[in-house]
Amino acid sequence: MQSIYLAIPLAPLLGAMIAGFFGWKIGRTASHIAAITGVAVAFVLSVIVFKHIVIDAAEPFNGTVYTWMVSNGINFQIGFLIDKLTAVMLIVVTFVSLMVHIYTIGYMHDDPGYQRFFSYIALFTFSMLMLVMSNNFLQLFFGWEAVGLVSYLLIGFWYKKPTAIYANLKAFLVNRVGDFGFLLGIAAVLMYTGSLDYAEVFKQAPSLSGRTMEIFDGHAWSILTVTCILLFIGAMGKSAQVPLHVWLPDSMEGPTPISALIHAATMVTAGIFMVARMSPLFELTETALSFVLVIGATTALFMGFLGLVQNDIKRVVAYSTLSQLGYMTVALGVSAYSAGIFHLMTHAFFKALLFLGAGAVIIAMHHEQDMRKMGGLRKYMPITWITSLIGSLALIGTPGFAGFYSKDAIIVAVRESSLAGAGYAYMAVLIGVFITALYSFRMYFMVFHGKERMDDHTREHLHECSKVVTVPLILLAIPSVIAGAIFVDQMAFGGFFGSAIVVDESHRIATEVTHHFDSWWGLILHSFADYPVYLAAGGVFTAWFLYMKRPDLPDMIQQRFALVHKVLVNKYGFDRFNEIVFAGGSRLLGGMFWRVGDEKLIDGLVVNGSAKSIGWFSSIARRFQSGYLYHYAFVMIIGLLLLLTWIVFR
Amino acid sequence: MLFDLPILSTLIWTPIIGGLLVLLAGERWARVVALLVSVLTFVLSISLYTQFDVTTAAMQFGELKSWIPSFNIFYQLGVDGISMPLIILTTFTTVLVVLSAWEVIKKKPEQYLAAFLIMEGVMVGVFSALDAILFYVFWEAMLIPMFLIIGVWGGPRRVYATIKFFLYTFLGSVLMLVALIYMSIKADGSFSLLGFHSLPLSLHEQLYIFAAFLLAFAVKVPMWPVHTWLPDAHVEAPTGGSVILAAIMLKIGGYGFLRFSLPITPDASNELDWLIILMSLVAVVYIGFVALVQTDMKKLIAYSSIAHMGFATLGFFLVFSIIDNTGSWREAALGMEGGLVQMISHGFISAAMFLCVGVIYDRMHSRNIADYGGVVNTMPIFAAFMVFFSMANAGLPGTSGFVGEFMVILNSFKANFWIAFLAATTLILGAAYTLWMVKRVLYGEVANDNVAALKDVTAREFLILGLLAIAVLFFGIYPGPLTEVMHASVEHLLQHVSIQKY
Repeated sequence: MQSIYLAIPLAPLLGAMIAGFFGWKIGRTASHIAAITGVAVAFVLSVIVFKHIVIDAAEPFNGTVYTWMVSNGINFQIGFLIDKLTAVMLIVVTFVSLMVHIYTIGYMHDDPGYQRFFSYIALFTFSMLMLVMSNNFLQLFFGWEAVGLVSYLLIGFWYKKPTAIYANLKAFLVNRVGDFGFLLGIAAVLMYTGSLDYAEVFKQAPSLSGRTMEIFDGHAWSILTVTCILLFIGAMGKSAQVPLHVWLPDSMEGPTPISALIHAATMVTAGIFMVARMSPLFELTETALSFVLVIGATTALFMGFLGLVQNDIKRVVAYSTLSQLGYMTVALGVSAYSAGIFHLMTHAFFKALLFLGAGAVIIAMHHEQDMRKMGGLRKYMPITWITSLIGSLALIGTPGFAGFYSKDAIIVAVRESSLAGAGYAYMAVLIGVFITALYSFRMYFMVFHGKERMDDHTREHLHECSKVVTVPLILLAIPSVIAGAIFVDQMAFGGFFGSAIVVDESHRIATEVTHHFDSWWGLILHSFADYPVYLAAGGVFTAWFLYMKRPDLPDMIQQRFALVHKVLVNKYGFDRFNEIVFAGGSRLLGGMFWRVGDEKLIDGLVVNGSAKSIGWFSSIARRFQSGYLYHYAFVMIIGLLLLLTWIVFR
Repeated sequence: MLFDLPILSTLIWTPIIGGLLVLLAGERWARVVALLVSVLTFVLSISLYTQFDVTTAAMQFGELKSWIPSFNIFYQLGVDGISMPLIILTTFTTVLVVLSAWEVIKKKPEQYLAAFLIMEGVMVGVFSALDAILFYVFWEAMLIPMFLIIGVWGGPRRVYATIKFFLYTFLGSVLMLVALIYMSIKADGSFSLLGFHSLPLSLHEQLYIFAAFLLAFAVKVPMWPVHTWLPDAHVEAPTGGSVILAAIMLKIGGYGFLRFSLPITPDASNELDWLIILMSLVAVVYIGFVALVQTDMKKLIAYSSIAHMGFATLGFFLVFSIIDNTGSWREAALGMEGGLVQMISHGFISAAMFLCVGVIYDRMHSRNIADYGGVVNTMPIFAAFMVFFSMANAGLPGTSGFVGEFMVILNSFKANFWIAFLAATTLILGAAYTLWMVKRVLYGEVANDNVAALKDVTAREFLILGLLAIAVLFFGIYPGPLTEVMHASVEHLLQHVSIQKY
């Protein structure tokens, strides 16, 4: 098995290198074959691993590939930990990646950067696989930053577009703010456990509970709380949690396939994965869990609101992603890690589907993304229409669809939780259900139903996309429907992940609710006795009423609540605030340090100042060397006189 | 082959004699001779690595000859795990510099190349000298070729820059000479560096000596607030000058702290370590902000060099607070090795960044960021290199730029949370100033006709940047060999500084 583990990340890397270094020579087809083969191999091998670890229930693998460095007796290693959590992530990452690779053939067909694009997404797959397969913090951080790099390169893929190169810089820097916390968290882990290997760290973690450190003199804080919050700051950057969420909507400037792969299905869920992986640490500190919970709930609700006022089809999906990431974070906060990962998985399928569907619409509309210029597309693009409908139904949690099971598991877990902040979180996730249904079906109706608002030229050319686009849509629609029912029994409530996820006895909410339900259809029946399904239905109905029945109403509401609308359109002012305070403030500070500190004080006053004062001193001293003999004689006589006076009178 | 030759002397004198040959070879053959000499020196220097004994902290490849017997001055050479990697970095970088000058330097190329080769020999001398006076001679001799390189082949304000550079560094080193002579008197006339290490000195004496060393080395590194010569020197220097300045000369300051300040005056270092840590953190944070607002690419990279060197000095001086916190000097090895790795890595990355600027400067004759925009449209291969090196400059894992910073930040957490906090701001600041420059220079629509007319890298430029990219990537993926050679020497030094001298 070990060579299989090694081959999983290396196959896409090889594909990336072939497409990247030799793409100019071997041409477009050979490049995409190289990249797709690499990812396909990784997918097939992942399936084998999944069978081996999950179905045959083999022991988790934990081994070293090579020693990166030794210093101070600490082995910094590159190595793999393959347990059930990894196996699930492998399937999700390689499957979605493979679908996106195939889809890209159609989407990027006319792009001059075709080979470069394939090289990047294959490289992304490699990085993401290294991240999820890691058995230590060093490699985790490597994968973490590497996916950030590829995200940077791909958001800025169309490097001529000013908005794209602004967005990629912003994405990288905001992520770096998260990484700043993450790295400090890793430093804390190393300091207090003396190791960066998961196994060793988790073994030592319980002995740390109760120990404190002082960051500010006189304030003793729990080591574990500080460490976990620092690590979570990293997750907030990567998984776009408030207030580090600002980069994700802008990342939609990149090509749509990567929005699906990186900014919806895989990379942004790295933070969720990381916290789940760190469950042995987070379980030991309720303060950190509450922090996670509140941040997640805030993201889930308030980012959902923003989806209501967007008109760009991709941005609606982007805000929906933010909100769903909030749900996953909420799950982590209430210790329902497996429910969080379960939602991560189902979300990966239906959100990738929605994005690729949006991409298909964008191709058909000749790169028009404004939903106000769409409408009635279901006639022209039946496959896209049906698959998008499936994606939307899965997203809003329609009973029976994949999203229903995972979202329901989260909501139940929050309801049962007694953690500080759980009440707020429960309200947030419930209202979130309504909001999700509202913006999802607002988009669905605006795009696929109603009046055809595009111009004649576009309408004439409207047609369904080619097979390379529709086949991935269909393949993604299948798990969007069935993945929930298959895994709900195990993942949401059972101990699917085994030893990979640790839940403290006092936090076992999820298992307590288990015995209420015994099967996937039982859950469907039971759902009609609870709020979420009615909230979702209410959202769909409201969307239908506002955008199909009475399309004049939204404008009226907008005018009536102009202030609220303005706040939402301005995204609560985060962007403006960051632009003025952080970006502007840094430039101002830098300018001040440079002009005043360096140029005026150090160079002006001290360096050139000493040169000047030496010059001034010499100009005085020069007068003593006038060259006139009588000056010298005079000074000599005066000097002699003073000397004699001193000798006589001392 | 030449195995019975004393290897260190060979590495010092081959390029110096080679430099004289280049002068004689005249304009026509100068380049070829210079390349041969530099490649030969590099190849010879590899045997330092292959024959290096990683198990001992003792000086290796030692040479001892009487030089000025009446003053007890010896021609004494030797290297350990601290200096050996720096020597190989020197010989490697010189090859690149010779290549980079190939078609670019039109004015008296033989003198230009000779200056660099002589410089190489002298720098190897600095890293391998074990006699204080011999060290001092090499140390000062280094200034002359660099003075000429900037003064003759430099930009329009080269005279101001050279005078500033010379006076600044000279001022620092004179006091060092006084300190060396004082110690020799205490040591019964011996100038042996290893003797100085074990010389008992009172705290009072140590403080004065430490201050003298600090001035000399802080100017060289350069540390805030004695850093202002560097941006001026870089801006005016020709590309090769900037490369040597950033890649090697700055390291000599850091090397000085390890070879002189820490082992000779450990107790004074203990007393004043907060000062060095403070200066290093100011370098990281303050200089990071200054770099952000630069409009001149070379100045930006120069400031970024200061910030990165802050990590080296920070890593070296964490040891005392770590001993206070954990009670063990062993715990500090990560930071000190991190500082050393940072020096080596910065040698590659800063060289690469300056060479990148050189590539486009040769075509556009402007260093001004505002004159560029959309270079990727006309120079895609170059842009790929520059993005790669910029990411390395921003400390991306997988590149060598990450390793040192990672080690120092991890270790500084052991000293104090706030040191780690401030040091880690480089993750944000480093990315901000580097990638903002990348955005303005490389990305976007073609900004003007000059950019539209750009031609992509030549085979020669590709070779230079490619070699550096391999080095940066290799040490990012596998830094093990680098840290392995340092262990024994670093541990020896840490143990030495943990023992009180008086």
